Amino acid sequence: MSFIEVLINNMPSFLAALVLTLQLAVCALIIATIIGTITGIFTVSVHKTLQVISGIYIDLIRGTPLLVQTFIIYYGLAQVLRPYGFQWAKLGGPFTAGVVTLSINAGAYMAEIVRGGITAVDSGQVEAARSLGLSSWQTMRKIILPQAFKTMLPSLINQFIISIKDTSLISIIGIRELTQNGKILAANSISRVMLIWLVVALFYFIICTLLARFAKIVERKIAYGSRK
Amino acid sequence: MAAENKIEVKNLHKCYGDIEVLKGMNITVKEGEVVCLIGPSGSGKSTFLRCLNRLEERTSGDILINQKNLYDKKTDINQLRQNIGMVFQHFNLFENLNITDNITLAPVMLRKMNKTAAEQKAIELLTTVGLADKADSYPTQLSGGQKQRCAIARSLAMNPDIMLFDEPTSALDPEMVGEVLNVMKELAANGMTMVVVTHEMGFAREVSDRVIFMDDGQIVEEGTPENIFEHPQMKRTRDFLNKIL
Ligand SMILES: Nc1ncnc2c1ncn2[C@@H]1O[C@H](COP(=O)(O)OP(=O)(O)O)[C@@H](O)[C@H]1O
Ligand SMILES: [Mg+2]
Repeated sequence: MSFIEVLINNMPSFLAALVLTLQLAVCALIIATIIGTITGIFTVSVHKTLQVISGIYIDLIRGTPLLVQTFIIYYGLAQVLRPYGFQWAKLGGPFTAGVVTLSINAGAYMAEIVRGGITAVDSGQVEAARSLGLSSWQTMRKIILPQAFKTMLPSLINQFIISIKDTSLISIIGIRELTQNGKILAANSISRVMLIWLVVALFYFIICTLLARFAKIVERKIAYGSRK
Repeated sequence: MAAENKIEVKNLHKCYGDIEVLKGMNITVKEGEVVCLIGPSGSGKSTFLRCLNRLEERTSGDILINQKNLYDKKTDINQLRQNIGMVFQHFNLFENLNITDNITLAPVMLRKMNKTAAEQKAIELLTTVGLADKADSYPTQLSGGQKQRCAIARSLAMNPDIMLFDEPTSALDPEMVGEVLNVMKELAANGMTMVVVTHEMGFAREVSDRVIFMDDGQIVEEGTPENIFEHPQMKRTRDFLNKIL
């Protein structure tokens, strides 16, 4: 009973926080998908420099915690770039910093997923395309990426889900998304700490579960030749 | 007037690391000629064929296609490949595209053909290879023989003047070999210049103008089908033919 009560009494703040969480996640994931696709392609490029650069990026991100990355980008960058007039406040504050951090973070994991998807495409597909006269970029666009996308989809959605949950860590720099909102509510209502956090958990659970369901549907839809 | 040279290969060498797989190949193929390449597995037949459209890079030697040097800096390899069809052992149909799109992709993209005209042409080609009813199917829905006929149609859609075949029937169930060979015979009869790597000796004997027996990265013997199959001069050729016939 009191679970519902907590939910209803605080609905406006939960909804506002939910919107912020979703905005954070959607912005970051769109940018991360772009970063991931480009660097993923770089990792299989014939140009050694591109390979090396993307490799370093991926290793650095995967080898450090998201929380530390958040601090480096939010506090570190602000300090180092201050002499040049840089302030996060001018660019949209912690929200922007959060999007940047999460994009860079998820982008590295996605690059790995993209690389895996590309290398899993049968080399015969590439040879057939090249033998017809397609350039390597045309082959990438028309043959490799569409096929890679199919094998990548489950891992991509998985990364989406991870990143949505990672928005929770970003709250630390002062964005009132679901987790930060929970913290504030809980601080003001000592007797209902458990219930408040359960409601917060429920919100994440619903988003992630819906996304996973959606992924299953899409996966079935894009199976080649499954329907006319 | 003598037919012009479509393919000229001069002293072609190809190494993978320390291993030399092609040890100085010399071949000339004239317009309209059908040349069958036979030889034991691992002798370098595929490597040779793939050098002809630069799917493999040569180590040394020269390759001229339509009198154009494949390795000339001015040669646009993507442009040149548009005129050289290639058919693979494992078909390599584009799995993300249906049969029509498999066929229209290259003409629309590279020849700037409009989509309707390309589809019209695809249907014509599919009709000639007996697959008109499969236009909307995906590769996974086709049998091996159907896939290979479609792959041939895909190559033909670019109006190539040379066709390369790398064991086009080796991955097929025996009952499907005939349907693919028939399509190839028709092509040959229509004057296509063809280089065919094959283990189908019946086909080689019946269709080819010239048979080349290769072993260990070299041409051991070449001649008319009759010469090679009835009167092989070299012991290696005789041993090979005894083994497989
Ligand atoms: N990519 C490669 N790297 C190293 N060796 C290769 C490669 N491709 C082929 N070879 C070797 O080259 C030789 C010739 O191969 P191939 O041309 O496929 O012969 P065939 O088609 O006559 O069976 C074989 O010994 C094979 O192992
Ligand atoms: Mg071979």
